[in-house]
Amino acid sequence: MLDDLRDLYQEVVFDHNRNPRNFRKMEDADRTVEGHNPLCGDRITLYLKFDDGRIADVSFQGQGCAISTASASLMTEIVKGKTLEEAEHLFEAFHQIVTGRDDDLKLEELGKLAVLAGVRQYPSRIKCATLPWHSLEAALKGEEQPVSTE
Amino acid sequence: MTTAAAAHTPSTYPIDRIRADFPALAQQVRGKPLVYLDNAASAQKPHQVIDTLAEFYRHDFANIHRSVHTLGERATARYEAARETVRRFLNARRAEEIVFVRGTTEAINLVAQSWGRANLKAGDEILITAMEHHSNIVPWQLVCRQTGARLRVAPMNTRGELLLEELAKRIGPRTRLVSVVHMSNALGTVNPVEEIVALAHARGIPVLIDGAQAVPHLPVDVQALDCDFYAFSGHKLYGPTGIGALYARHELLEAMPPWQGGGEMIRTVTFEETTYNDPPFKFEAGTPAIAEAVGLAAAIDYLEAIGWEAIAAHEHDLLEYATARAEEVPGLRLIGTAREKGAILSFTVDRVHPHDLGTFLDHYGIAVRAGHHCTMPVMDFFQVPATARASFGIYNTRQEVDLLIDALKEIIEVFG
Repeated sequence: MLDDLRDLYQEVVFDHNRNPRNFRKMEDADRTVEGHNPLCGDRITLYLKFDDGRIADVSFQGQGCAISTASASLMTEIVKGKTLEEAEHLFEAFHQIVTGRDDDLKLEELGKLAVLAGVRQYPSRIKCATLPWHSLEAALKGEEQPVSTE
Repeated sequence: MTTAAAAHTPSTYPIDRIRADFPALAQQVRGKPLVYLDNAASAQKPHQVIDTLAEFYRHDFANIHRSVHTLGERATARYEAARETVRRFLNARRAEEIVFVRGTTEAINLVAQSWGRANLKAGDEILITAMEHHSNIVPWQLVCRQTGARLRVAPMNTRGELLLEELAKRIGPRTRLVSVVHMSNALGTVNPVEEIVALAHARGIPVLIDGAQAVPHLPVDVQALDCDFYAFSGHKLYGPTGIGALYARHELLEAMPPWQGGGEMIRTVTFEETTYNDPPFKFEAGTPAIAEAVGLAAAIDYLEAIGWEAIAAHEHDLLEYATARAEEVPGLRLIGTAREKGAILSFTVDRVHPHDLGTFLDHYGIAVRAGHHCTMPVMDFFQVPATARASFGIYNTRQEVDLLIDALKEIIEVFG
């Protein structure tokens, strides 16, 4: 593989693209949000179940590129069990990392998600990584309207 | 260019000289020689066009049609000479039938808003095809909303070929215009536009042809086609951005109301009343893209010097070769396999999203398009979210096809 692509397409990304975690429909979801990136046609449906101020369960379905699929898969892993506040904080942190606005931010805080920091080198692909998170943000805020990255 | 690759192209085709004419091709992208296969989106420019623009700005530039000074007269002469070049290019009867616009999109909007609003009533129908670019869908939806007219769509088959009998069935007593793409940007399909014009004209219905993709690849003769409107853009024709042309029959242009008001398009203005200029000036409000029009003429001259027969043969060879080699790529599905096809290879690959392909190919120095190509209904028809598209032009080579195919094989392996 081409060396300069490894920054973005790390093994974690390939792994989550091949075998996305929490990739299922949730029949009894408390909230369902549709996300769409009209630029590339990526679509995601995000399902959330809440319990006592926490994200009790989260899953997704949809079709997208490796970046958006891996981003969604990693996101569901990290936000499961988190309080709404913690999830909101993660959204902010992730957004700052992929848009490259805060180099000092501690990548450890985001765990495996940090692998997606490389996307900042690819301005046309940032929306692929952020689509699942914008969908989450909309779900946390209780918005029912479909989310679009445009 | 290696001599081995050159040997595959028709021996008289001056590929090395053509490639040398395009400064942008002689660069490295991410450490690899650029392989530019995004010509259907926009083509690179030969130095003949770049130099014409620069020289025009250096020596002859002024506003046109109203200056009595020398530069104004020179610029006006160059601009009107460019119109004559476009007339010759399309074989229109008269230069007055050529309206300069920003591009194909603006040309279609002009027809929709000027001709459409003047001629469409509630219940009337505009007939398009299932493979139209958004720019031959949305302008009609806008005018349909304004007038109460309806948009009807002629279907295609799974090869991406227009079903001509189905189109004929949809031409009815309320059909007012047929608007079809000459060559599909997403599929490469070349439509039988002469037959479509004959079908429509038999019922007295005018036809608009969206020629954005067709003009860089095949000679167009609007008199032979007998079409009523023909639209194209300069930037896909190796010319500047911001310039294109609408051909329309003179009697249609005469009857059509202006669509934008301003300078140049008027004859006399008082606060009570304005009388309009003659076509084409009636449709060219404001200072037009003067240098770009001159640059477009340079692009047309450049292509005509190579010759349409030579261009068509070269690109046909590339398409045949690329189509054959694409079969070697595991999991590759061609989207658009029409028998009459231009040099466009639109495809998907199992387990690799087109956007990932696009990013990876860029690291091989290969520029392709990934996305819906402004043809979302086409993507829906083929049930794909997007495709990757390699589109070939006068300067591409078999060697570049080889680089694309080899890169695709490697990428597919990485994604497993």
